[in-house]
Amino acid sequence: MTGYAPKYPGTVTKYIVVESPTLTPSELAIHAYEISQGVMIKETCFGLAINGSEDVVDDLIRKLRAFDPDHIFVKDRGFVPGDPRRCRSSLGGARPGFHGIEFETTVLPYVSHGLTELRSRDAGSIPAPQDTLETKKLDVYTLKKLIEALEP
Amino acid sequence: MAKVFIYPATSLILSDLVARYGHTPLSSATAIRERIQTAGIESVPLQITPEEPKKGLRWAAVEVPSGVRGRMALYGPMIDSCDAAIVIKDSDLAFGCMGCARTNELVKYLVREKKVPRLDLNYPKSEEEGTRFVAAIKRFLEGLGGGK
Repeated sequence: MTGYAPKYPGTVTKYIVVESPTLTPSELAIHAYEISQGVMIKETCFGLAINGSEDVVDDLIRKLRAFDPDHIFVKDRGFVPGDPRRCRSSLGGARPGFHGIEFETTVLPYVSHGLTELRSRDAGSIPAPQDTLETKKLDVYTLKKLIEALEP
Repeated sequence: MAKVFIYPATSLILSDLVARYGHTPLSSATAIRERIQTAGIESVPLQITPEEPKKGLRWAAVEVPSGVRGRMALYGPMIDSCDAAIVIKDSDLAFGCMGCARTNELVKYLVREKKVPRLDLNYPKSEEEGTRFVAAIKRFLEGLGGGK
């Protein structure tokens, strides 16, 4: 059992995910390097990971988001960029959280479309989402058929 | 500025939209960050120590697996402190290498029981659904008041 001392106490790390037809993560990284003030920036395949004090990181994100507000998404991260407990350079393969981002990246174009639409439409005039997943419960007759079909 | 619990707690979309409309998202990253940035005993990879399943006893009984109780030590305090919640029902990503089906059921149950304003949604599967999805979240968050 060994003691643990955090490397960057009091800082926050945030992911910036770029899903834009006009802006690549590397372009955004260059912009971030130009306007950053003492924060750690790591470029990834889907965007950036930024670590620093909360107010500086929030200010940087506000400026970066202005480049393409409907196609840049931000979330918190627990670990600092390159942390050997999570970074794939030391573990191999994608880190577990990547699969969540990978899945949600497939949905981001629809969300971006919604954000763009809401610039010209009032949210109150848009109907509520339909619940497309309301499934009927399996009735006993169908269950019996399934069981009989499985018997040899 | 309301504290909004998001489910799945790792959701990029919900975390972004809640912060975008001026509220504070309560996500698992912030709970993990607290542990990563607190000095103590080395416990890789998530700094979840044997103390966490004990803390989880507040939300889950002792016969519940320690994995559920350990996870509840992260999610329980967030559910207790939330002012509202947004739940995505068809979130398969919450189950798998970083998730636990029983914890997810307990989390959704506790959110329902807390009787705070709650928005249940599905992931959008088209542009029209995307517009409705974002509009519903915007209406919900604006209804909470106090947005930054």
